[in-house]
Amino acid sequence: MGFEFNNETFRNDFTFRNSERAIRRFPFPFDRDDYMYSVNMEPHVPGRPGSVFEHAFDVDEHYLAEMRDRELVLKEDPLRCQSLPHMELAGWDLLELIMESKARDYPHWFELHRNGNRWHWINKPMQIEQKFTFLDPSTLPYGPMEYITRQTQGDFTLQDQRDENLWIEAGMVTTQADWSLDFDIGMGFHEWHAPVPLAHEKGVFDRALKFLLKLQHGAPVRRFNWTMTVDPLLDTSPENYPKWGPTRTELTMENLGQRQHLRVELQTLWRLPRSNAIAFPIRCYLIKFEELVTQPKWARRLHRVVRDIHPDLAAYKGFLRNRDLMAKWLSQYDDGAPTSPGWWPED
Amino acid sequence: MSQTVFEKSIRSRPVYGVLQPRAGTAHLCVADGEGADAICDLFARAGAEAPAMLARTHVIYVPSSANGTDRFDRLERLGAAQCHRSPTFWAAEPRLRKVLADAHMGLQVYLAGTETLIGLAQRDVMEAGLPHDAVQTEHRGSLARRVQCVHCKGITENVTTDPFVCSHCGLNLFVRDHYSRRLAAFQGVNIDAEDPGQVPPAVERFK
Repeated sequence: MGFEFNNETFRNDFTFRNSERAIRRFPFPFDRDDYMYSVNMEPHVPGRPGSVFEHAFDVDEHYLAEMRDRELVLKEDPLRCQSLPHMELAGWDLLELIMESKARDYPHWFELHRNGNRWHWINKPMQIEQKFTFLDPSTLPYGPMEYITRQTQGDFTLQDQRDENLWIEAGMVTTQADWSLDFDIGMGFHEWHAPVPLAHEKGVFDRALKFLLKLQHGAPVRRFNWTMTVDPLLDTSPENYPKWGPTRTELTMENLGQRQHLRVELQTLWRLPRSNAIAFPIRCYLIKFEELVTQPKWARRLHRVVRDIHPDLAAYKGFLRNRDLMAKWLSQYDDGAPTSPGWWPED
Repeated sequence: MSQTVFEKSIRSRPVYGVLQPRAGTAHLCVADGEGADAICDLFARAGAEAPAMLARTHVIYVPSSANGTDRFDRLERLGAAQCHRSPTFWAAEPRLRKVLADAHMGLQVYLAGTETLIGLAQRDVMEAGLPHDAVQTEHRGSLARRVQCVHCKGITENVTTDPFVCSHCGLNLFVRDHYSRRLAAFQGVNIDAEDPGQVPPAVERFK
């Protein structure tokens, strides 16, 4: 694949960084110079080679470091991974989806050998080899969802579908943008989105739910979400907010390029075949402002988005107090030239 | 005593109605504090059907843990087949669970009183597997909230001010308009994490 896995941290000394390759393939979420909520879903089909859309589940240079960080989060707080009892079948569906995808897309790293229900899984980067019986949880060291999501980047939730609604009833959530699985588990679609401002009034969640209830197996979809994070901290949980919240007061013009990160979630949605549940991987990508501005189009555009965003959105995303400073820092890289439509840095 | 009118801002909060008599093989009323009045109004609405309904009714009542209101005497005068008073919800819960476990098809459930009482009882009703449409709720009385600290996970009962101090870990919390039916609680989030010690004065928001 032309890259190695980084030895880096997402806490304490924060040695996380993006290589030049990772910067160029970063999923920049703004296809125009302004931003407002929309449903913005599109088919999750294979995209440009080398991009984060190339494969169903992107494996990048941060893989091993992210899995180490997840292990640390779970040791501190086991409530970050929960599954209500009726969601185990959906967990097996997810395990199958991820194992098949990774073995197909990255055969040099992952192998899946199936002989009836006797499966043999090999994850070379993590040095894991597991023989188990599909649908028999006693043959795995964790429940199926936890087992496979300890080996897969991104957060995951599983939604049961009944009564014309989706219910968030299982999840592995350690790289979240300030929401609590432990609090939200068991909620319906509108309930768990309740704190989001402006979008309800625009009908965004009504339309999104209607769309998702009809999601078909084999036709996954994707969308972006984004926020801002000081320091490359994957675990911006509400549980730990008293620990990371104070860093928002430490930004200056001098350290902002290094410490302020754009946090992008590539969210995909998959109908699962046996359980009829929906799997919702939420893959988090971080990029330092100083890395991002190496792409002139992105620098211009991010400046305009941050400068002009609705204050309610900036507050909800937690960067209202630093918005003006961020806009000032970014303005150094905006010469006012027009930007081309779309995300790609060079188009 | 009138029923409570809520602002519309909280989308995860349940919607409470007005109790209506329904045909059923048995009736279970669970109420606290001023919720006794809603139960009395329910049977007043039943009119001529009330005596037959009451002959198959089990009332479980607790005084309001928020303001002490105790109107058990009103409920007793209804003459239900069973009418029980417990000092707290937690004392009443084993009885409630037994009644739900013994329930047959056609049980109608009526929950009335504070959001905390309704939320806690509804949780037991759901766990017992009763269908959604067999349960009615009506809010009466105190608006005090049950709040879970998102940091330490401890629950503080009868929160009337915003912000307030978590009764478990001592952090200053603001009450987020986000409600979990599973926990029967709102979410409390540290208010001075970014500016330690800068806590706005507590305002009585949930009387």
